[in-house]
Amino acid sequence: MGRKLLLDKAHIEGIRYYDTYRANGGYAAAEKALKSMGAEAVVEEVKKSGLRGRGGAGFPTGLKWSFIAKPEGVPRYLVCNADESEPGTFKDRYLMEFIPHLLVEGLLISSFALGANRAYIYIRGEYAWIPDILEQAIAEAKNKGWLGKNILGTGYDLEIFVQRGAGAYICGEETALLESLEGKRGNPRIKPPFPAVKGLWGCPTVVNNVETIAAVVPIINIGGDEYIKFGIGKSTGTKLISACGNINKPGVYEIEMNISVEEFIYSDEYCGGIKGGKRLKACIPGGSSVPVLPANLLLKTAKGETRMMTYESLNDGGFATGSMLGSGGFIVMDEDQCIVRNTLTFARFYHHESCGQCSPCREGTGWMKKVLHNIEYGKGKMSDIDLLWDIQRKIEGNTICPLGDAAAWPVAAAIRHFRDEFEWHVKHPDEALTRNFGLAHYADPLPAPAPAAV
Amino acid sequence: MAVVQFSEEKLNKVKEIIARYPEGKQKSALIPVLHLAQEEFGGWLSAETMDYVAGILQITPIEVYEVATFYSMFNLKPVGKYLFEVCQTGPCMVSGSDQIIDYIKNKLGIGVGETTPDGMFTLKTVECLGACGYAPMMQLGKHFREHLTPAKVDEIIAECRAKAN
Repeated sequence: MGRKLLLDKAHIEGIRYYDTYRANGGYAAAEKALKSMGAEAVVEEVKKSGLRGRGGAGFPTGLKWSFIAKPEGVPRYLVCNADESEPGTFKDRYLMEFIPHLLVEGLLISSFALGANRAYIYIRGEYAWIPDILEQAIAEAKNKGWLGKNILGTGYDLEIFVQRGAGAYICGEETALLESLEGKRGNPRIKPPFPAVKGLWGCPTVVNNVETIAAVVPIINIGGDEYIKFGIGKSTGTKLISACGNINKPGVYEIEMNISVEEFIYSDEYCGGIKGGKRLKACIPGGSSVPVLPANLLLKTAKGETRMMTYESLNDGGFATGSMLGSGGFIVMDEDQCIVRNTLTFARFYHHESCGQCSPCREGTGWMKKVLHNIEYGKGKMSDIDLLWDIQRKIEGNTICPLGDAAAWPVAAAIRHFRDEFEWHVKHPDEALTRNFGLAHYADPLPAPAPAAV
Repeated sequence: MAVVQFSEEKLNKVKEIIARYPEGKQKSALIPVLHLAQEEFGGWLSAETMDYVAGILQITPIEVYEVATFYSMFNLKPVGKYLFEVCQTGPCMVSGSDQIIDYIKNKLGIGVGETTPDGMFTLKTVECLGACGYAPMMQLGKHFREHLTPAKVDEIIAECRAKAN
């Protein structure tokens, strides 16, 4: 069994409530941080832990914290990004629903480290029942003296508020989130200035994902040196993976970042294999934005090494033959799934979610959707495949925020690895409407890498 | 048409929301207050409702319109008493959401974006709601209905009809 740091107590009945959470060691880390460590030591410990942003970007959290500006007399804010909207991702929901106090405790420690006296949890509007759970946890914590004025007699004050969004993927981008929190459309801001200097209401702000903030609790409890013993290399600690698609046991799993992709998909401890005894065709390992990989490149890298569930291994080979760990939204597709249709749903998603500020994204996502629709419905031309490639290339890197890249990458990867399937749709328009291309050669063993030239 | 006016209780709720932000930043309350207004005033935001919210928050009506039109959860047209918002993005699609959407269409005799003649049900397709592991799914009011099958859809429709009577 893999060791757990976040969900180790998730199964305990009543862990959602303060008394049970506290009785099982809850708020010990907060006490340690506030009473015996001090703010700078907390930041140092998080730096030492190697914790990387769990929302998808993987940026070192301690470093992000150290960027926060500290002008005299200006308030600082911590904003928790709970706008979980990346298709395939539903891990933060689980954490907030089942152990809300872990997030509250993490917010307390993190806000203390940053010198913020107010923290906001910005949660996606569709998770409409979760704010009640969080607000109850906040009220309980406040009642027990963990929030409010002069916490634990240290002179430190903190209030936490929950804000619901209203349906916009783009608000997961941190500056769009801040705009939304200010009561505006979720249009990403041009950076610099970064939120660490000018964030919420123009004040220094750190925006961190739910899982990132929760991970601060075990880091303080066990120490950064112990935390890095979980995982491999720069992929330290544990990661929540939300697994979905055609698998036997979809759900949220906490993994130590030292297991193979194959083990994650096929072992009974995790996904339990492909549903209905079918064969694996493809997988999007880190949420809809990251490149899709065919089975043969998913389980082994192009160099023939075992692919691991780590930031580095999933990215091995770059975008030519690798993908990304991203948000941990792990989408598995069996031999009956159609890559063109799946890519079409993502193009439609990004078109729907583009905020419309940048022309390449606003127009490009719409064109990709139309061209993919034609191919999927047997009305495509061979030149459409090249057209798609051209459009995605012109979006990538040409927009204010990463939504453009996120829209381009899945299309690029689908064409890169599944071009045969796109061509088959064009060549067999009648069949494209009645059946799928199937597994084809996508699980075949890869040719051995060519020996290095002497 | 009923007058657009929050009850005393809801007005207190608005005050409580505004108090979450620093002095003078009451515009931040816009999205939470629009949610409240949509719940209170028939499940959608009329121009009258939006103007009312602008007045409460002391911002211009256009500031409300531009936000209300940006976020997909705000309905700018009347909807049925029960709004079925069925997810159709990749992970739901590979788990059979297309078939569920077709089933609901046939069962209710309406297309996507339409409301049944009795004003009871509206069918809407939406993009990823974050329930990918429990697909196919839909949002119904405040909650998610997951692992949908035709039989489950029948049950939900019956449940809504029973509640309405």
